[in-house]
Formats: sequence, C-alpha cells, structure tokens
Amino acid sequence: MLLAPFLSPQPMHIPDGFLSPLVSIILWVFSILVIAYSLKRVNEDLGERQVPLMGVLAAAIFAGQMLNFTVAGGTSGHLMGAAIATILLGPWAAILMMTTVVGVQALIFQDGGLLALGANIFNMGVIGVATSYFVYRSIRRIAGEKSWGVFLGGFLAAWISIVVAALAVALQLALSRTSPANIAIPAMAGIHALIGVGEGLITIGALALIYAARPDLLRSSKQGVTGGNALWVGGLAIALALAIASPLASSHPDGLEWVAEQQGFLNTARGPLYQIIPDYVFPGISNQVAATILAGVFGTLIVFGVALAVAYSRRKRRLGEVRQTQ
Amino acid sequence: MHHSIEIEQLYYSYPDGHQALRGVSLHVEPCEKVALVGPNGAGKSTLILHLNGILNGRGQVRVAGLPVVKENLGKIRARVGMVFQNPDDQLFSPTVYDDVAFGPIYQGLPQEEVRQRVEKALAVVNMSDYLQRVSHHLSVGEKKRIAIATVLSMDPEILILDEPTAGLDPRARRSLMKLLENLDITMLVSSHDMLMVRELFPRMVIMDDGCIVADGPTQELMADEALLNAHGLEKP
Amino acid sequence: MHVHFLDPYRPGSSPIHQLDARVKLILTLAYILTAALTPIGAWPVYILLLAWAVTIEILSELGVGFVLRRAALALPFVLAALPVIFTAPGAALIHLPIGPWMLTITLPGVERFISIALKSWISVQMAIVLAATTSFPDLLTAMRAIKVPRLLVAIFGLMWRYLFVLVDEALRLMRARLSRSGESDRPDLKAGGALIWRAKVAGGMAGSLFLRAIERSDRIYMAMVARGYDGEVRAAPLPRLSRRDWLTLWLCLGLLLALLTSAALF
Ligand SMILES: Nc1ncnc2c1ncn2[C@@H]1O[C@H](COP(=O)(O)OP(=O)(O)O)[C@@H](O)[C@H]1O
Ligand SMILES: [Mg+2]
Repeated sequence: MLLAPFLSPQPMHIPDGFLSPLVSIILWVFSILVIAYSLKRVNEDLGERQVPLMGVLAAAIFAGQMLNFTVAGGTSGHLMGAAIATILLGPWAAILMMTTVVGVQALIFQDGGLLALGANIFNMGVIGVATSYFVYRSIRRIAGEKSWGVFLGGFLAAWISIVVAALAVALQLALSRTSPANIAIPAMAGIHALIGVGEGLITIGALALIYAARPDLLRSSKQGVTGGNALWVGGLAIALALAIASPLASSHPDGLEWVAEQQGFLNTARGPLYQIIPDYVFPGISNQVAATILAGVFGTLIVFGVALAVAYSRRKRRLGEVRQTQ
Repeated sequence: MHHSIEIEQLYYSYPDGHQALRGVSLHVEPCEKVALVGPNGAGKSTLILHLNGILNGRGQVRVAGLPVVKENLGKIRARVGMVFQNPDDQLFSPTVYDDVAFGPIYQGLPQEEVRQRVEKALAVVNMSDYLQRVSHHLSVGEKKRIAIATVLSMDPEILILDEPTAGLDPRARRSLMKLLENLDITMLVSSHDMLMVRELFPRMVIMDDGCIVADGPTQELMADEALLNAHGLEKP
Repeated sequence: MHVHFLDPYRPGSSPIHQLDARVKLILTLAYILTAALTPIGAWPVYILLLAWAVTIEILSELGVGFVLRRAALALPFVLAALPVIFTAPGAALIHLPIGPWMLTITLPGVERFISIALKSWISVQMAIVLAATTSFPDLLTAMRAIKVPRLLVAIFGLMWRYLFVLVDEALRLMRARLSRSGESDRPDLKAGGALIWRAKVAGGMAGSLFLRAIERSDRIYMAMVARGYDGEVRAAPLPRLSRRDWLTLWLCLGLLLALLTSAALF
C-alpha cells in the first residue's frame, strides 16, 4: 500500500508542500541558470526558426504525453518525452521545450506545484535531458552511421531519463523529510525501472516512424551542438552521482536525515522560541490549543464577513440592473 | 438476417454542452449503400462516431446485430470499418504494411493470415506495390486508399467513410469512386460531394442541426431543389 | 478543434479577475512560499492561511466548491508522504501489528503528514484560482514582468496557440486506433497483440505527431516570415500598475509576512 503513490501515472510532478523551501529554491536557482544558458545556445544552433519549432514541438510533447498503451490490469504506459525531444532538436532546445511543457502543466493544469516547478523542471527537463544526451550521444558515437545506434541509443536514453528523474524526485522528497529515503528511493527506482522500459519502447516506435519518413532529422551530425561536450560530461556526472548517492542514501537514511536537519531552520527555531516566549504567540494566551481555537474563530469570521459582503454587493448589483431595465 | 444499422432516438451532447444529435433514427439494410449529407456542423461525424461506440449518446444503437454496449465494443469494432476524414490520423506506422496489418494483429490472427489479409486488402484498393512504402510520403489520394485498406483488412461487415472525397484532385476522386462502386458491402458515407452521391448511392439521408430532415431515394430528394437549398445543399 | 474545455480559465468580472495578472502571479507565489515556510504543526497559521484561500475563492466568484473539487484531484500525491507517519522519530501513538512486523505510528509523524497535506492542499487552491481567473495572454504578460526572458515567453505563447490543435490531433489518433481495435469472432484468438507491439504502435503515433508538428512549424515559420518576422521577438511595453493593484500587492505581502512572523514565534 505504501507503494501506491509511486504507481500513479504521473508520479514525477511534485506538487507544492512536499519540498522544503530550501530544496525548492536551490533547484529553482539551478534550473534558471541552465535555462538561461540554453537560451543562449539555442540562439546559436537554431537561429530564427527556433520560436515556431520549439513552440509547436513543445505542444506536441504535451499532447504526446496523452498517448497511452495498455500494459495490464487497467494500467497504461505514457510518454514523458525528454529523450525524444533531445534526440530531435538537441539538448538545449529540449531543455527549453521540457521547461515549457512542465511550466504549462504547473501553471494551467496544477500538475506539479509552482514553488516546486524549479524542481520539476530540474528533474524532467535538466537532468532528464542531460543524461539522455549523454547516453544517446555515446551510443551514436560507437555505432557510427549504423541504424542500431539510433534505436538502442533512443531506448536507453529514454529509460535513463525516467529512472534518473524518479531517483531525483525520491532524493528531493527524502531531503525535504517528506518521504523516508529507505522507502522512497527503492520504490521510485524499482517502479520507474519498469516505467522506463515503456518510455524506451514508445521512443523506439517514434524513432522508427521518423527514421522511415525523415531520416534527415536523425542524422548524427545534427547532434554535435555547441557546448555539447560540457553537457555530455554533465550527463555522465549526474548519472554517476545518482547511481552512487541513491543506494547510499537508502541504506543509510540517517546520513540524509542529518543533511535534512541542517536546513530545517524554521523548524529548529520553533522549539526554543516556543519555550522562551510562549506568551507572545497571541498576546495574553500561553496555550497553543487556545491559539488554534482563536485562529479558527478569527478565520471563520473573516470568511463569513467576506461571503456576506460579496453576497450583499451582488444583490445590490442585481437590484441595480433590475432598476435599470425597468 | 439482422439490419446492419439500427438507430432509435439517439441524443448526444458534447462535454461542453453543445447538443449535436437531437433524436436521430436510422435503419440501414445489409448491402445497402447510403449517403449522409448535410451542411458542416450538421452532426454527421458525431452520428458516425456512435456506430462503433467511440461516443455514447442516449438512445439505442445496434450495429451488425449487436447492441452498442461496452461488452460488445470489441466485436463491433471488428465488424465496422471506420475510415476517418483525415487519413493521417489513421496512418501511424513506419510502413504501409504495418498500418494495414494493425487490425488483424490486434485481433490476434497468426502471422501468415495477417500477411494474406494485408495483401488482399491492398489488392482491393489497387495499392499492392506499396507494401513497403512509407505512409508519410504518399499523396492524399494514396493515403486515402491505404486508410480504406487498413479497415478492409479486418474483413468488416459495414464500411463507414467520413467525407472520403474531400481534398482529392479529380483523378484521385474518380479512382476512389470506382473503388467504392466495386466494393460489395454495406456502406454509410458522409459527403458534400453531391455528384458522387448521385452516381453511387441509391439512398440519401439529409441531416441538419442534429436531426434527420429527409431520407429517401437519392433521385427523388435531388429533384427537390427547395429541400436541398433549405439545408445548405446544392443540386449537382 | 473542440478541446478548449480543457482550458481552466473562466472569464468573469470579480475583484480577483480584475486584479492585474502580475500582482496575482506574485501573490500566488508569495502565498505558496509562505505555506512552505510555515513550520510543521503550526496549526493556527494553517487555519489562517486556509481562511485566506477560502476568502479569495469567495471573492473570485468561482465558487468554493469548484476550487475544492479541482484541488482534490491534485491530492493523491499526498500518499507519497504517508510513510513518514511511521518513520518520524518521537512519541508512539499507535502500534499496528501487520503480519510478522510491528508498525508504530508516531505523534510527530502524524503531525508532519497532516502539515504536508495541508500545505499542499492550500497551495494548489491558490494555483487553481490563479489559472481560473487569469487568461493565458495575461499570464504571459505577468511572466515578462517577472523577467522571464522574451524568447522563452514567445515559446510559451506559441505552444499555447497550438496546444489544443495538437491535443485534438492526439485524440483523433487515439480514436482511429480504437476504431480498429476489434475482437474476432473466432474463439481461439486473443485480442490485443503483444505488449511490445502495443508500445511500438503508441510510439508510432507519437512519432507521427512530432513529425507533423515539425512540418507544421516550417509552415508557421514561413507564414511568420511572410508577415515580416526576422527572428527577433518584440513585445509591447508593459502597462503600468494601477494604484489599487499596488496597494493590494503591498497589503497582501505585508499580511503574509505577518503570518510568517507569527509562525516563527510558535
Ligand atoms: N468535440 C466536440 N466538442 C464540442 N462540440 C463539438 C465537438 N465536435 C463537434 N462539435 C459540434 O457538434 C456539431 C456537429 O459536429 P459534426 O458532427 O462534426 O458535424 P459534421 O460532421 O456534420 O460537419 C457542430 O456544431 C460542432 O461544432
Ligand atoms: Mg464532419
């Protein structure tokens, strides 16, 4: 039963409330830096075609995530799309497209939080793309112009993008002390190792069609983008770091717990302050239960007052309209 | 023998509240060829989507002798060959072979039989040479024929086509008409192509605003110019 | 193209609808940040934040029920935090024997779980109000105001323009696949095909969607060039905020800060 949340179709989008502020903000900063750099790179690689190409393809990725196939027992497989985006337009454009997709999902459809958006972009956009790029590019280099490089590379890139993003989610939840590392990491890793196979197969299917219809889009010379080597190393580093950190963290949850504790500044401030100045919570009230009740009463009054005011003004407006029509 | 299509008092509203069908009743006999005409937005496509349970309105629908309910959908989809207006929606495999083979493979037919079905279907639409071609690069007319082959390979009892000649050049249109003429199968075809309707379909059903407003022999209805004009149609 | 009912924007003339999108975006972010910073178990503050959210929902005239129903859809992720009720160290509340194991629910664990669920619940409510009262073009303006680069905003804009077209295309692909997913009358045959084959078909659909998108973008590009596009994204200057918008912004930020301070005192 504890595994249930990790089985839902889109367990990748972290809502607000689950990450500690510090984790959220650090990942926001990191994502912003990467996006800024990608924007610069994309300008050089794609030139003036960039806006229509990335805009429409981002919409296609969003729509493509709806395409499903039945797995078994009412579950179905979906596409996330970071790998295929990387393969089609290169890593920098892929980061921007995934940012747009994840951004619209959060902003419009509440699929993933707004404060958590930095983390979600980081997981599905940045490291999903970086590791995909590393894997795909490496295999294409080995395979040369042979077509198996496209398909094997595509499959593994898709698989790793899912697994790495899932591990990152688990680590972030653990660092935020929202989900214990020794449960979240094995659960997320295990399940996404399977979901990743689905992603890999869909990606192969997509590549097969594109390879048949427009092989020019998959030419390996198109993959050598400026700044690509740094990203290739980055992808390798991320994959290695997660591969080492995840088993460590899940077998020694105390270590992660220690890191997590260092950043709970408000939480640690809470205990001592509460003891020193209990009377200042609400002046004259030294009891937290009483404060809670007071807040409840106060909150209800506000809501009630506003509801009355809105109802009253609506009625007045309607009366006004009635008068005007008479 | 059962009717091929029996619809009684079918009502349907889209999720946004738009009422697209307002009490449609229609019966089609086996091997009848019926044309469904009417202005854009009349509800032709909506009606068609009820015939294999993609949409589920209020009212009764029986197709090939089976009520269109959840338990029968698999069987009904094998018996109804539905060709959509845009062939690109129907062609999503790397090669023509894969596309035409989809239905038989899904039904679980053995490989050899799948191959025979595909070859036969492509022969019917005169596209036998296209087996290994990439669907993406074909012309609209060719795609349309392949789309028809993708449903013929399922050996359907009923063929349903949504605006088959829309967007075709005269030659492609003519050869598609010849193809439809030679197919000996129950057929319900929505179209704006009145010339084709007159040539191929003995019976015509006129829809407007979610209702069937006329149903009868094509010759008679085509002669009634006032009726045609009232529903945004033109005498060919 | 009829999938616009996916778009959560609901036009209206409530005070929240009329508030400038920039102010709304900033305040929504500030509110969610406040909720995130509120410590575990600071119940009075959670109650006041919830009262705030409900107030905004009433003022927005969307209906509290509408927002709460949508907010419930975002809730299943809460289960990801469920294990903490067993693992957070502290005073034991209940012992649950499950087979050979003994699970212990702790008080701090329960406190932590409820706090996370509350934070998530009130945050998503505000995000819903933002999306339901602000049109996408206004959100794009707000993004520009908080210094999202113009190029990225342009990509967002174009994506939104074609989002519903492509979702519609994806739905039509699925519809066409479904129409041919039939069961034979022969009892010896099992319908469905192999799993790998199904996945590859879904992939083919995705590939055809992407291919058509790329080719469509070429046509869009040419149409843009035909109207004078030169690769440079230009945008009209941002309109000024009214006095009322400024006042609302600072007042609400002040209130949130006050709430946060009282939370720190607990
Ligand atoms: N998905 C949909 N959502 C809402 N309304 C729709 C949808 N599809 C079609 N409609 C509307 O239903 C009516 C009938 O449409 P349709 O069946 O496509 O007409 P036809 O095929 O005769 O041109 C039209 O008014 C159309 O706008
Ligand atoms: Mg139609």
